[in-house]
Amino acid sequence: MHPIVRNGLIAGAVALLPVYAYAQSQGGAGVNTAAIIMFVIFVGMTLFVTKWAASQTKSTSDFYTAGGGITGFQNGLAIAGDYMSAASFLGISGLVFTSGFDGLIYSVGWLVGWPIVLFLIAERLRNLGKFTFADVASYRLQQTPIRILSATGTLTVVAFYLIAQMVGAGKLIELLFGVPYLLAVILVGIMMIIYVTFGGMLATTWVQIIKACMLLGGATFMAFMVLWHYNFSPGNLFNAAVEIQPKGDAIMRPGGLVKDPISAISLGIALMFGTAGLPHILMRFFTVADAKAARKSVFYATGFIGYFYILTFIIGFGAIVFLMNNPDFYTTTTGADGAVTWDKLTGLVGGTNMAAVHLADAVGGSLFLGFISAVAFATILAVVAGLTLAGASAVSHDLYYSVITKRQAADADVIRVSKISTVCLGIVAIILGYIFENQNVAFMVGLAFAVAASVNFPVLVLSMFWSKLTTRGALIGGFLGLASAVILVILSPAVWVTTFGNEAAIFPYDNPALFSVSLAFIATWFFSITDSSKTAQAEIAGFGPQYVRSQTGLGAEGASAH
Amino acid sequence: MNESAYDRISRSPKFQELVRQRTRLATILSILMLVIYFGFILLVAYAPGFLGTPIGAGSVTTIGVPIGLFVIVSAFVLTGIYVAKANTTFDRLNEEVLREVE
Repeated sequence: MHPIVRNGLIAGAVALLPVYAYAQSQGGAGVNTAAIIMFVIFVGMTLFVTKWAASQTKSTSDFYTAGGGITGFQNGLAIAGDYMSAASFLGISGLVFTSGFDGLIYSVGWLVGWPIVLFLIAERLRNLGKFTFADVASYRLQQTPIRILSATGTLTVVAFYLIAQMVGAGKLIELLFGVPYLLAVILVGIMMIIYVTFGGMLATTWVQIIKACMLLGGATFMAFMVLWHYNFSPGNLFNAAVEIQPKGDAIMRPGGLVKDPISAISLGIALMFGTAGLPHILMRFFTVADAKAARKSVFYATGFIGYFYILTFIIGFGAIVFLMNNPDFYTTTTGADGAVTWDKLTGLVGGTNMAAVHLADAVGGSLFLGFISAVAFATILAVVAGLTLAGASAVSHDLYYSVITKRQAADADVIRVSKISTVCLGIVAIILGYIFENQNVAFMVGLAFAVAASVNFPVLVLSMFWSKLTTRGALIGGFLGLASAVILVILSPAVWVTTFGNEAAIFPYDNPALFSVSLAFIATWFFSITDSSKTAQAEIAGFGPQYVRSQTGLGAEGASAH
Repeated sequence: MNESAYDRISRSPKFQELVRQRTRLATILSILMLVIYFGFILLVAYAPGFLGTPIGAGSVTTIGVPIGLFVIVSAFVLTGIYVAKANTTFDRLNEEVLREVE
């Protein structure tokens, strides 16, 4: 093993010591020894995988795509591991806990983008690209401007997504393991730097696969225990939940989540087309050998993710029946007459997002609680590692290799830039996590999806399907999509009213996607068809060969030798 | 990899057949997914009462629950249909197209 790798791994192990020591010194309240042990086992396992991956990672192809040697099934699990964030596990089960049916409406939106990814994108992306989706977007257009646009889109999505994950991670780890917020954020940052710099895509993939198995296994066990209690009859479970939940049978109907049709459609567009524009997800299609494996990986991923959302629905209802009548899980108040009361909907210790975690305790005891706590942490690590790798690839492959050195840089230089960018992104993520500690970051994931749907998705889809796309059209459309998505979110109720404290929002809807995606497509179309330059004609002529390659895979990048 | 191979393929009837079939299936399935999902969203927005109808007398389970599960399962089934067709017909056609230019 390379001494730098060995030192890095030792540094990682050393970084964990203060957490363990701190947890020990706190004892009892707020610290769960089983959780710490499970977590240390998980970290040990992933560091071992990273050590192995580091020995396999030599070329840029190894670093960005694990040499293209991941199978369709493995990639399906890794995609599911990349996509099922702690926000969807804890957030959706918490939403079902408080609002019942509304949680199902929300989770459905997170799934329906996947078939679109399969039908329109996965195979063609694999046939045309090498390391990043910008390879495809810039295939017949001018390299420099399109790479800059794609890298800007990628880094914007990664930044918003990372902020949401880091703040969530800090809060969650603080609560589950009893370590201070800042230490938790630094720990997450260090772990993701270790995985990505030493193990590249191979280590990231296996962290995601291990996490997906742990999450699916843990969630299956919880749902099984809940249903077992009701003789495997969902009807009995719903009956019991309606009796216990203060909202009664309203939890079986659509509630306040969908305010008006425009908001509903706008959210739907952001989730559906945003999924198809997430850079860390698109990058995963280059880790498999060919278009056939890319296609299979979406099939498996859709199955795992859909199954997972059905489980979160059962887990949310399970949390209603197992937790709401038990004051042990609540912050309680004792009245003058000695009566103990608690707010079933909002009084849960640690907030409603902890519903799934408390349910783990209720159905499986402290050992299983420890397991689910470790799963929640593993979930965050796998997602941030994937995001960081996507961001580092945009900097090193799109900006450094393609734009700055005009594809002249040597492999070793590109890998060095990737590793430096990874460390920088990790440090930036820690700083952002610290800055945003007390901000409302719930809208950030929605914003990441809106930007992905407004910048990455239009340029990618049009470059593959529309022969008349030109550099000018893609550039103007893409940047208008980016600017409108960000500006409309700033003017929306979530930021303009909640964060800035203004009276009324200038833009009335929480999600901008309906408007920003439309603007991006229309502007791209208009500025392409009115582009009569010489280069535009060459770009249009280049569509023919590109189309044949996208359909047949002739000339596609193969898997590397090892 | 050279231009002429791409030109020859694009004129090949087999290639045109492959593209026609694959585009047709992908378009149909995409439209189905869009109709199912946005149909569900529009029901939520315009007919929440319908989704809240109990599935039977004395039952608290509403029609919305099986409909929501149907949307999830349909996403999986639609990807399955595409993959099954692609694994057999499209891959075979694709190999034939590539063999023609070898």
